[in-house]
Amino acid sequence: MKHFVQDLWRKFTGNKRALFFGYIFLFVALAVLPFLLSNTVGLTWVRILDFALIYAMLALGLNIVVGFAGLLDLGYIAFYAVGAYTWALLASPQFDLHLPFWAILPIGAGMAALFGVLLGAPTLRLRGDYLAIVTLGFGEIIRIFLNNLDHPINVTNGPIGINKIDPISIGGADLTRTHELLGVSFSGAHTYYYVLLTLLFMTVVICVRLEKSRIGRAWLAIREDELAAQAMGINTRNVKLLAFALGAMFGGIAGGLFASLQGFVSPESFGLLESIMVLCMVVLGGMGHVYGVLLGAILLTVLPEILRSTASPIQSTLFGDVYIDPEALRMLLFGLALILVMLIRPTGLWPSPKRRTSVDPDIAKD
Amino acid sequence: MPLLELTGINKNFGGIQALNDVSLTINKGEIYGLIGPNGAGKTTLFNVITGVYLPDNGGIKFGTRSIVGRKPHQVATAGIARTFQNIRLFQNMTVMENVMVGMHAKTSTGSFGAIFNTKSARLEEKMIQIQSMKWLDYVGILKEADNLACNLSYGDQRRLEIARALATRPKLLALDEPAAGMNATETGELKALIQTIRTDGVSVLLIEHDVKLIMNLCDRVAVLDYGQKIAEDVPKLVQTDPKVIQAYIGGELP
Repeated sequence: MKHFVQDLWRKFTGNKRALFFGYIFLFVALAVLPFLLSNTVGLTWVRILDFALIYAMLALGLNIVVGFAGLLDLGYIAFYAVGAYTWALLASPQFDLHLPFWAILPIGAGMAALFGVLLGAPTLRLRGDYLAIVTLGFGEIIRIFLNNLDHPINVTNGPIGINKIDPISIGGADLTRTHELLGVSFSGAHTYYYVLLTLLFMTVVICVRLEKSRIGRAWLAIREDELAAQAMGINTRNVKLLAFALGAMFGGIAGGLFASLQGFVSPESFGLLESIMVLCMVVLGGMGHVYGVLLGAILLTVLPEILRSTASPIQSTLFGDVYIDPEALRMLLFGLALILVMLIRPTGLWPSPKRRTSVDPDIAKD
Repeated sequence: MPLLELTGINKNFGGIQALNDVSLTINKGEIYGLIGPNGAGKTTLFNVITGVYLPDNGGIKFGTRSIVGRKPHQVATAGIARTFQNIRLFQNMTVMENVMVGMHAKTSTGSFGAIFNTKSARLEEKMIQIQSMKWLDYVGILKEADNLACNLSYGDQRRLEIARALATRPKLLALDEPAAGMNATETGELKALIQTIRTDGVSVLLIEHDVKLIMNLCDRVAVLDYGQKIAEDVPKLVQTDPKVIQAYIGGELP
């Protein structure tokens, strides 16, 4: 069965025409997906999809640091926070600044990249567990700063958070409102879906190109053996800082989009648990494999929501009453899923094809 | 003409003097052997040369420049490539990718070129691939190009390490016990490979326990014992040096 599927996949990807139609199909499917969802299960699911895309971008950024360069970062959500708050401060009534999105997006990305380097620089000599602890601390520092920067001068509004953040608007058209275009009505969730999808597509292209480049190889080399990488003439300091900066940059962009979609940010959204969640997406999907990470991020955002909306009705029909709170069930099943995946597929659900051969003895024998 | 000149190198680890006033000169085009009993300081000297350790004092001149205090990647860029005693390949990368990493220092595509896939980036990438295949062919493992490095046989892993080191285009190739764990056939092939490398203009520094290989291959040999250089000459004379014999099999019975 495994071989049959593999053969079929190889035949499919080997055939240029089939591949072309495959892409067309994928494009059309992604284009109509939000309408399919809003007309069947409701508009909420388009919003969930939006968040899945934001998380996918976030996970791809973390994948550069953890998956490619092998630097375990437990405070990654801090860059998400930096991006989100940059957007919130530059486009909200807080300081009465209302910069346009094309200005804030690069500023947020740059700010996050700067913080990436600030975190990276002192941790260059650390590896593994030690690096994880320091980055964890960094993530908390950022959150606590945001929580307490309401005095002596009020910058972040503290735990109350910042409200009424401007959405992305193009030519005066607010993207969170419903618009009519060619007789089709696009709600805010729909338009955001297309904006996010475009940005995610760009992120994927950038990640894939980086991985296959000289820089990507240098990251992998550092992940595999830092001393040997140095002996090859790789300036590990610069290359690591680049990984931190680029990874943080994607986190910053995702954070900004999150703030603009949500219209509200507070320090609560950027806790340690969020960092761990994003790391889970990377590890579960397949560390270092762009498409695997994409899959991990989508699954870990969408599945809990499906569970949330079905857990209560299923319990009622089966047992006549709701015994387990859906929220508790969610964590229970999530933990179980993590353990199972790590036991059955230790390299993730969809690891990069080459790494799989090195782990799966069945394939290695062929 | 001297290529690498060490003068009065000292290195202490706590109370242990690993290297004691070691001076030696490697000439251009030479295969230079470094032998000594276990714990004599051979690998320490290696690490001092390649920038992994900073010597307590002493000078290292490579060509006309001093390379004391340079970082490992700077030493590699300056033209000294090395292999490791316990093979250190990039295990989960393909054989080809391993060699491609070796070309890092001599190429220049940055993240900008990679992200926008510029013409110069594409050209350079093509060049890297062609060159890497050339190096794999050179050491005789081209057919393994798409395998993961960790799936190679032991002998081929050693070869890959040499190919990867050569891809940095060194002037001096430093090999740390390349024949360790090899059988007679593999050692013979390795010997031929090292001779080819020298013929192609790369000087070789060789640490080895296989005395036969050293004696057959090297132009000159230095012997280290307890961190001190006790002999340096052509293999024939070193072999009969009483100090060397004493270091290896002990002195006469009282």
